[in-house]
Amino acid sequence: MPECVNTVNEKTLSWSAPRRQTSLARSLVIQARVIYALMMREVITRYGRDNIGFMWVFVEPMIFTLGVTALWNVYEISKGESGMSVTALAWTGYSTVMLWRNATSRCAKAVEPNLGLLYHKNVRVLDLFFSRVILEILGGTLSTLFVGLILMGAGLIVPPKEPVIMIGGWFLLIWYTFGVGMIVGALSERWEAFERLYHPVMYFYLGISGCFFMVDWLPSSLQRLAELVPTVTVTEMMRHGYAGDAVHTYEQPGYLCVFCLLLTISGLLLARQTQERIGRH
Amino acid sequence: MIKVDGVSKIYYTRKGPRRVLDNICMEIRRGQKVGILGLNGAGKSTLVRIISGAELPSSGAVHHGMSVSWPLAFSGAFQGSLSGLDNLRFVCRVYNADYEKSLPFVEEFSELGPYLREPVKKYSSGMVARLAFALSIAVDFDCFLIDEIVSVGDSRFHGKCHTELFEKRKDRAMIIVSHNSGYIREHCDCAGVLLAGRLYMFDNVDAGLAFYDAKSA
Repeated sequence: MPECVNTVNEKTLSWSAPRRQTSLARSLVIQARVIYALMMREVITRYGRDNIGFMWVFVEPMIFTLGVTALWNVYEISKGESGMSVTALAWTGYSTVMLWRNATSRCAKAVEPNLGLLYHKNVRVLDLFFSRVILEILGGTLSTLFVGLILMGAGLIVPPKEPVIMIGGWFLLIWYTFGVGMIVGALSERWEAFERLYHPVMYFYLGISGCFFMVDWLPSSLQRLAELVPTVTVTEMMRHGYAGDAVHTYEQPGYLCVFCLLLTISGLLLARQTQERIGRH
Repeated sequence: MIKVDGVSKIYYTRKGPRRVLDNICMEIRRGQKVGILGLNGAGKSTLVRIISGAELPSSGAVHHGMSVSWPLAFSGAFQGSLSGLDNLRFVCRVYNADYEKSLPFVEEFSELGPYLREPVKKYSSGMVARLAFALSIAVDFDCFLIDEIVSVGDSRFHGKCHTELFEKRKDRAMIIVSHNSGYIREHCDCAGVLLAGRLYMFDNVDAGLAFYDAKSA
């Protein structure tokens, strides 16, 4: 170390005490703690302690999904030609929308209002994204379960034929949501305009997301294209799992895995870049 | 032991890059009280933020061999819409401290009474400072970073800070940033002077103060 002006410690400059390296396990414990703290904080900030508090996390998407299911029934959006009732299509379709839409849009502009939190050195940009995504995943998953139980209890849908396929699709959706959430969070921090563009783009994407159609209904020229839309695999798997052999589905789980892997890698890199950019302000 | 190893910091302004800190090296041993002197804009707060880990250096590194607080009395880490107690809960969760154990101290020290259950945005600046200080003390750190504590609060508050920091926690390391020479002389074992981005360290506080007075006159 040349040119260090340091009269205090010249004798100790050959400092070689073992640098306390934080082990991976310990880092994970710290990160879990921080994410939990951020989640609780988010719940209290968003819903407060009054009335049903935390329960809004899943009651809100439940109201949405039940409302949309009712609307679809009024308009008879499908005549049931697909081997699935309108209600079943809405449940297996709109539930997935609630998850990816809520979780990813919550990541938009998640950093700026929370800059002060980064003063706690264990709180990192990635934790801000993860806490929000996990909260929405909890809410979306509970809501989907409860709506399903309510509809089954009312006799409007039957129990899924192959629940494992549904659950598999749901987990792929969760993975997809993490990846997109990180990317949206990082890019919206970088460019003011990103968030403004993301909302309309998300709205258009809703139309092709698979929520409103099954690939089987499409002309064969469009089927190939539809299979490339990542969330279409999710809705196809949800419907395959629900109706079993009664429907013909076109899911591409292998393709979606590769897609999610790429999203995850880009998301992690972008989040790290955001962290460094903020730290070097 | 905290080791600051060749830390430089460059801020990019409209008039080009400005080197705020230039190859800073220092070490803080357990229990050591280091005063950092410097005029406004000398980079004192930047150095403290870098040592705390809240900000990254442009080059060089900081090695933490003990736990370091966030800059004391720093109130930016609060969520205004949350109550003082919710902020305490958050800090306890992040640092793995016991909320129930910390509560009596925070209530007693902050003297905020029923306001602890009110949103922080309703607090006056003095109240925020009291809460911020109480929270940072409630989490037990090996090294406290104290950035201009004397500029907030009244003399009663200073008295309590003094008891908690320099009497009850006199075995802890501290890095005290101030432009108040008297405060540094009273509390520190050694002093550093930030001047044009360089850090000049003095084993003897009075020598450091003399250097600071000579350079800032």
